[in-house]
Amino acid sequence: MIAFHAPEQETSRFRHRVVAGGAFALVCFMLLAARFYYLQVRQFEYYHTRAEDNRIALLPIVPNRGMIVDRNGVVLARNYAAYTLEITPARTNGLEQTIDALSEVLTIDARDRRRFRKLLEESRSFESVPIRNRLSDEEVARFIAQRYRFPGVDVQARLFRDYPLGASASHVVGYIGRINQRDLERIDEGEDAANYRGSDYIGKSGLELSYETELHGKTGFEQVEVNAGGRAVRRLSSTPAVTGSDLELTLDMELQKIAETAFGNRRGALVAIEPTTGGVLALVSTPTFDPNLFVDGISTQDWKELNDSPDHPLLNRAIYSAYPPGSTFKPFMGLAGLTTGKRTAAQTIADPGYFNFAGHRFMDDKVGGHGVVDLHKSIVVSCNTYYYQLANDLGIDGIANFMAQFGLGARTGLDLPGEAEGVLPSPAWKKKRFRRPEQQRWFGGETISVGIGQGYNAYTPLQMANAVAALVNDGKVFRPHVVRYVVDTRTGNKRMIEPEPVRQIALKPEHVAAVRRAMVEVNKSGTGARAFAGAPYEVGGKTGTAQVYSLKGSRYVEGQVRERLRDHSWFIAYAPADNPKIALAVLVENGGFGSQSAAPIARQVIDYHLLGKRPNQPAPEDADAVESSD
Amino acid sequence: MSENRFHPLRLLQALVRPIDPALLLILALLFGYAFILMSSASPERLDSQLTHMAVAVGVMWCAASLPSQRLLSLALPLYVLGVVLLVGVALFGEVSKGAQRWLDIGVTRIQPSELMKIAMPLMLAWFFQQREGRIGWREFVMAGILLAIPVGLIVKQPDLGTSLLVAAAGFYVIFFAGLSWKLIVPVAVVGIVGIGSIVAFGDALCQPDVEWVGMRDYQKHRVCTLLDPTQDPLGKGFHIIQSTIAIGSGGIAGKGWMDGTQTHLSFLPERHTDFIFAVLAEEFGLIGALVLLLIYLALFARGFTIAARAPTLGTRLLAGAVTMIFFTYAFVNMGMVSGILPVVGVPLPFISYGGTALVTLCLGIGILMSVQRSRLANKN
Repeated sequence: MIAFHAPEQETSRFRHRVVAGGAFALVCFMLLAARFYYLQVRQFEYYHTRAEDNRIALLPIVPNRGMIVDRNGVVLARNYAAYTLEITPARTNGLEQTIDALSEVLTIDARDRRRFRKLLEESRSFESVPIRNRLSDEEVARFIAQRYRFPGVDVQARLFRDYPLGASASHVVGYIGRINQRDLERIDEGEDAANYRGSDYIGKSGLELSYETELHGKTGFEQVEVNAGGRAVRRLSSTPAVTGSDLELTLDMELQKIAETAFGNRRGALVAIEPTTGGVLALVSTPTFDPNLFVDGISTQDWKELNDSPDHPLLNRAIYSAYPPGSTFKPFMGLAGLTTGKRTAAQTIADPGYFNFAGHRFMDDKVGGHGVVDLHKSIVVSCNTYYYQLANDLGIDGIANFMAQFGLGARTGLDLPGEAEGVLPSPAWKKKRFRRPEQQRWFGGETISVGIGQGYNAYTPLQMANAVAALVNDGKVFRPHVVRYVVDTRTGNKRMIEPEPVRQIALKPEHVAAVRRAMVEVNKSGTGARAFAGAPYEVGGKTGTAQVYSLKGSRYVEGQVRERLRDHSWFIAYAPADNPKIALAVLVENGGFGSQSAAPIARQVIDYHLLGKRPNQPAPEDADAVESSD
Repeated sequence: MSENRFHPLRLLQALVRPIDPALLLILALLFGYAFILMSSASPERLDSQLTHMAVAVGVMWCAASLPSQRLLSLALPLYVLGVVLLVGVALFGEVSKGAQRWLDIGVTRIQPSELMKIAMPLMLAWFFQQREGRIGWREFVMAGILLAIPVGLIVKQPDLGTSLLVAAAGFYVIFFAGLSWKLIVPVAVVGIVGIGSIVAFGDALCQPDVEWVGMRDYQKHRVCTLLDPTQDPLGKGFHIIQSTIAIGSGGIAGKGWMDGTQTHLSFLPERHTDFIFAVLAEEFGLIGALVLLLIYLALFARGFTIAARAPTLGTRLLAGAVTMIFFTYAFVNMGMVSGILPVVGVPLPFISYGGTALVTLCLGIGILMSVQRSRLANKN
């Protein structure tokens, strides 16, 4: 078909083919050149970024967490360095086999395994999860020697949170724990997400939670060049981490411990406040718990023990549990009577031992009554009838409006998480609280009960202590606070948490003086006299007994032993009487009369605070204490 | 002549006589480039690559020294030997990386398919020369059969890259021998339409349960990965993704010698062999890449010139085919590294690390020199 006969023709045909071949090659090379132009010029920015992303990794530098110390420098929370054995599940050849093989080299007990499993569920994917904490040097050496057998397992030096005082003040300090899914979501929502890259722990309760931002510090970043294997080969730049701030508390740990000891093994709460600043001197809730249990992830068994205990050790009674104030309400009621002009200090009533209202007879504790009673006597002997009448005269709205000024029935704004509101009852409150119309109606008889601190009334020990502080501070209400200084660890600068006045209640000095005189007399000849017998200082106070009945305190009643049906014992106090340095509220659950268990605790606390006197045993229960009312 | 046999000047003349200065200059430029790139990509292999270069230049000189007719007379024995060895590989070959390519002949392991890259065009050029003046359709059919036997054996190994190169080498001879455009154009159209439809329907064709007739799984994956490298960024797509990043991030002027981050942080795979072009493009940018293209174009220009001036049909076909083989190596390699062709194992000619390919390529240069010299001899 194609045949070349003449050499000339053949050569020319061949040269055409060569030109065609050359042209093809040229076109192909132009295609390549166009491709290079596209990649290296048009798409340069994109590939440049890709290459930089390839090579540069940002590694977080986790800051050291700030310390927590009390007002005298006693350490409540600190860090220590220790070795942990950590497993990255994704990199092991079978998690179970790895753990089994590890347990031949190191002791890994059932508790470690359980905790590991729990942490595994909570942790972020591809994270290393600790299986053993606090390895000894010898254990570290033993593992390192056999490390080649365990891919995905490594020893890490880490800082651990330590609460050297253990269970003491644990409700204040709180604890940190490993960041779980819920924390993550919260962090991701906030603006601080970048700050938690690399952090394993976060505050879960107490100050560790409420001052998380200050304590955590600022995460530093190291820009490193990494190779394809992900190994850092060169440091490009770094921003050092900023250690978290230290917290210096208003708390006096000696006082705190004395208060805790005073409770013995009774359940209850105590809040002591410096009236002129709102600084909390002691905040006790018993029983308490050891926050160290939570740091490495609490074991199921420990958690069960704490959570299922009928004593609810995790509950911060001082700020979360609200109790009817009982007769500790009376000084405030008295002041309300004077301030509103419904009573004068000298005005008297004749107490027959009861008060009739709407066909119901409200009884006084003392059969036959206290006779002629004025304001002073009504507080000293805790006369119910006086307050039945006063409550009726003030009306429920009058009471509610006056008491609200002292912060009762509202969160005080303490710098700890989880404060309860309590209940300052009023028709408006009842409307909000109940759904059915017949329940929403306010009855006049309910006002009478409220007058003596029973009924729907329920306040936290913190609210009561803060109300006492306001009373003795001429009506100046502070926002209570536990932290006094936030200390920048780099500069040593102390940022003071200023006393923050919330409001000034309009009170006449002579009215306050009259009530305070009566409260001092309580501890001389009244219901607190036995507890404060022989005290070398003057102290104002008031006992109270919160009735435990099923309406509100159901959790303490249902199917419980008889002991849990006893009334709660209250005591509020301030000292010294003329220039108070401490205002406090004590509550002992099922402690009976206020004078019986709460007042002796207050005595020990005030003795130490004013005199430096240390008791050598828990406050005694005064079995002989006789209470007229409360 | 005989009395001055040992005169140094004479010796030098004897050494220089077979050498074509233009080709030598181009080869020196390419080796210089290779040296610079290898010192950055894989300095530990520099010494052994210099040895490869020395051996390859020796082979080139030997080929250049032989008269081109003598070269052509070696065609039949080399071709037969190649086919026999390929059959031997198929029967007794060693398996390495999933393919049976190597034959252990006692002293060393050899890869007979590599030999075929030169033996194939040589054989066909010799064949057409034998039939000079009476080349008709029978001759083209014969040539097709001669081509199909070794290519079929290499495809069986399986080695798609080499079989394509061998097939291309043979095809170029047939093309230069004057195969009718009426046959070439329809095949080219079918090929372009076929590739076009693979690109267009890539997603459907790349479903795991679709089997491609006549292709191994790994070949299918290579094509599919080319179509969409992001499908498998850590596996099969990794090479292409990282090499395009390397090329693209080089920009116009490049990151500078030894400063290629993709290269030096090991993101670039096979950076001293098949992907060395990415090193070049990353460190020397678009300018460096275009310089390389120009050097190659100079090589092709010289090769085609030699072919066009060659005295006989056989030498013409041989020189033209060898030049097109150089082009094919260069285009396929750079096309694959820059992501417009599938990843087939083709080195960047004269630059990639590796002795066998370098020797083969320099043998090609030697052949060109030999053809060039036969023209001079003819003139005289």
